[in-house]
Amino acid sequence: MKFFSEENLELADVIISRYPKPRSAMIPLLHLAQEQVGWVTDDAMAEIAELVGTTSAEVLGTCSFYEMFKRHQVGTYVINICATMSCALMGAEELMEHAERRLGVKAGGTTADGMFTIEGAECQAACTEAPCLQVNYRHRYRVTPDEFDSIIDELSSTDHNVPDHGVLSQIRQHIPEDRFVGAVPPGDVASAPVWMHDEGVD
Amino acid sequence: MSDKPPSEVTVTINGVEVEARPGEMLIAAADRAGVHIPRFCYHERMSSVGMCRMCLVDIDTGRGPMLQPSCMAPVSEGMVVDTESEDTKRAQEGILEFLLVNHPLDCPVCDKGGECPLQDQTMAYGPGESRFVEEKRHFEKPIPISDLVHLDRERCILCDRCTRFADEIAGDPLIQFTERGNSMQVLTFPDEPFNSYFSGNTVQICPVGALTAAPYRFKARPWDLEQVESTCTTCSVGCRVAVESSRNELVRYLGVDVESVNHGWLCDKGRFDYEAINSDERLISPLVRDNQDRHQLLGTDWGSALARAAEAIQQAGPQRVGIIGGSRLTNEDAYAWAKLARVVIGTDNVDAQLGDGLPAEVVLSLPPATIADACDADTVLIVGPDLKEELPILHLRLRVAATKGQTKVIEIGPIATGAEPYAQRSIRCRSGEAAKTLTALLEGDDPLGNQLRDGSVVVVLGRASMAESATPALDVASVIRDRLPHATFLPALRRGNVRGALDMGLAPGILPGRTTIDHPSESLTSRWQTFPKKAGLDTTAMLQAVVAGQLDTLILLGADPLHDFPDRTLAAEAFQHAQTVIAIDNFVTESVGQADVVMPSTAYGEQGGTTTNIEGRISRLTQKITPPSSTRDDWMIAAELAWRLGGDIGLSSREEIWREIEQVAPSHAGVTIDRICAPETHEGILVQGSSIELSLPTPQEPPVVDGYGLRLVSGRKLWDAGTGVSHSPSLQHLAEESMLRVHPSDLHRLGVSSGAAVRVISTRTTETLLAVADDTILRGTAVLPFNQPGSRANRFIDATALVNDIRIETL
Ligand code: SF4
Ligand code: SF4
Ligand code: FES
Ligand code: FES
Repeated sequence: MKFFSEENLELADVIISRYPKPRSAMIPLLHLAQEQVGWVTDDAMAEIAELVGTTSAEVLGTCSFYEMFKRHQVGTYVINICATMSCALMGAEELMEHAERRLGVKAGGTTADGMFTIEGAECQAACTEAPCLQVNYRHRYRVTPDEFDSIIDELSSTDHNVPDHGVLSQIRQHIPEDRFVGAVPPGDVASAPVWMHDEGVD
Repeated sequence: MSDKPPSEVTVTINGVEVEARPGEMLIAAADRAGVHIPRFCYHERMSSVGMCRMCLVDIDTGRGPMLQPSCMAPVSEGMVVDTESEDTKRAQEGILEFLLVNHPLDCPVCDKGGECPLQDQTMAYGPGESRFVEEKRHFEKPIPISDLVHLDRERCILCDRCTRFADEIAGDPLIQFTERGNSMQVLTFPDEPFNSYFSGNTVQICPVGALTAAPYRFKARPWDLEQVESTCTTCSVGCRVAVESSRNELVRYLGVDVESVNHGWLCDKGRFDYEAINSDERLISPLVRDNQDRHQLLGTDWGSALARAAEAIQQAGPQRVGIIGGSRLTNEDAYAWAKLARVVIGTDNVDAQLGDGLPAEVVLSLPPATIADACDADTVLIVGPDLKEELPILHLRLRVAATKGQTKVIEIGPIATGAEPYAQRSIRCRSGEAAKTLTALLEGDDPLGNQLRDGSVVVVLGRASMAESATPALDVASVIRDRLPHATFLPALRRGNVRGALDMGLAPGILPGRTTIDHPSESLTSRWQTFPKKAGLDTTAMLQAVVAGQLDTLILLGADPLHDFPDRTLAAEAFQHAQTVIAIDNFVTESVGQADVVMPSTAYGEQGGTTTNIEGRISRLTQKITPPSSTRDDWMIAAELAWRLGGDIGLSSREEIWREIEQVAPSHAGVTIDRICAPETHEGILVQGSSIELSLPTPQEPPVVDGYGLRLVSGRKLWDAGTGVSHSPSLQHLAEESMLRVHPSDLHRLGVSSGAAVRVISTRTTETLLAVADDTILRGTAVLPFNQPGSRANRFIDATALVNDIRIETL
């Protein structure tokens, strides 16, 4: 079954053309798939395999290595509550319990309306701001149970700027023609790309 | 500074200086020096990955000793290694303790128990006890990852051998590591099983009992197994194999690593078709046709069967007897039959090939190449069958060589084959037009032309389709002889010992030792004395002669012309016209079922002797089990028949036969039993000489397909309806029902929708088949696999035609 939308299929071709070997485009294409529906479906993996010329098993191997590629449906907002040392000392466990009560799901679960998924997470490199969490990988610091409730209220309204889970800007980047080095294998690069010369770099 | 890389480096291992090859890994150098370093993930036929850390040793390269994995450390001049230091021992204990953290230790119920590297190395290098008291990780106990292989993830130590094999060697990366850390596990993609023709190798190389083979699971314990080394005769590659039995039943084959042939690998057909030999459906006693009820075969004794056979042969007279088959026989058996035919019966109508190979005089006179030559050649040109389906390990060797950049593969043929993914170029041409295509390539300014002209070339030559005669392949040979005289050849021939059978003279006009009937060797003439002086008929001509009333008695030596000969109509007509058909076989095939006298012969594993592969490499077969019931070796049947015909072939044991072969066959002179049995020749003895001069017919232009016609292409598949697969319970369901595949535009043109039933018309028959659209098929071509369950490809083929065309119509 085909997975990618027509528009994304076109983008997929552009992404593949950026690499000397199609297989190198596997991770950006997984991002693209996750962006399209919020998670990576089996159909998506099978289609990526076809696009980059490998087996679905290989795409599964790569995809499943990365925690941030979800292989089951998740909510529009994925909330990762840090449970590592600093946060644990500062009340992460209570925060998680509160979150579970407020949303009515256990850690790892998704609310029935498909809005929220809560997950326990490892250190998010914001230990000085413990306890912290991320909403679709955007930090929120020193979160108290009350603040958690207001985050949920905020996300439930339309008045916020957190994009849906899976939306990622990098793969949408536009590389201007004159800055695109071309899909040259590293060994074949003979000189520095033109734009480097432009900026006076040797 | 010298810029020439040194040809050797010296390293010191445990105080002893050892010469190592630059660039090789320390563990390999240690192996050659006889120092064993424990390991799990390292495998000499695959790249090093350093996954398991079991091979840590103390290495000092001038900065003091340091623990490093020896499978990842390239040797360097002056390296000092200690594989037994205190640190090494501590590391080994630590690694094993870690590896056992999650290991279920279900050795008592594990197939691997008793021959398990994890067990053995834990005993030899482990700490003796574990400090781990926590819960181990749990997975569902074995899950099938294919029809033939089961995976127990709890036992897996994540060594990456199976997954590396699937990717690097087999080219079927259908199993992968998924997840990571504590959840890491080997898996397939959902609903995409590990359907690789080579999957059984992963079971053999798994260092624990995580991968088990469905046909062998719980069949035996390693300490009950008896093992001998032998050669696989399922196809003509001739892989070396360890044959294992328990209580006189074959239970397992393992690949044996020989440099020249299989590198330790086996294909799944060769690995698992021993089930057929154990089958209850084996033919175990002689049968004769009931005189009252002609539809019945009745059990009889050897005496009556032989008498009846002798009578039929005598009544017919020498010119009216023909022998078809023999490429399933050992060299000794083939020689006995070749001698019986010529010396006692007095006929030269013998042919080991079933109208699907190349003429013997061409096979025996083409400049020869070895598999290793092919893997090292600048270019390998494949014009012939799909090697992945028919000569699987040759495909594997070429694939590995091509992906490593050792050689470049060019294939010319009518359909997409298993070589396409690794070929430098896959050139599609209509069946029968390969010579024309090759000529165009060599005449044009395609750089491939220069590559072929300027570099070494090995040609793998055979018949791409059962629906084309040998002529197109011979035309290719002529083009190559004229334009690429430096090229050498590997014949891609069908059936196990076909090369040996031709060497032994089971072909019209050919005498043992690669000589022709016009130029017999002196040693042969003095030993054989009387034998026909004129070349006899090949299989096609014999069948035609039966139909024309010129041949009365047909002898089938393990041959099933109704299924294996390209042209069923001709074979069936011959069966109707034949006065007597005598069949010697392991099973009652369709052809055997129509015979008048049937004699049961011994099978693989029940016979000793020798076999010869496509390279001309003679290697040993070893008997492992006693044959069932009253089955007899084929040479014994020949000797008995000779006696009943009032003659004598003068042979009373396999050893005696080989001694005679060594004396009368010029190409085999000097290949003595002692040499064959010597441990250092377990890879076999390559015999390449031949006294036959190459002579090829002038190329013919194949007929053009008319506007309504489609050229028929019929290749064979690994999983087919042959006896080996269909009598092996684990394999029989792997053969797929075949359908006629046609390019969508051809279907469209004819107004047929994909999947619909169509009327298929050839000069031979009209039948209804399902046609499906497949855009990998060349336009104007129709593909119908040969000898699949329910396949009727052989009904459409006229064996006398250069190529076969069909027409399809809507119902
Ligand atoms: S299944 Fe066996 S071969 Fe494969 S990774 Fe696990 S231990 Fe290694
Ligand atoms: S490739 Fe041929 S000889 Fe080798 S294991 Fe398979 S069937 Fe046997
Ligand atoms: S411990 Fe929570 S961010 Fe580091
Ligand atoms: S054998 Fe060297 S790390 Fe596994």
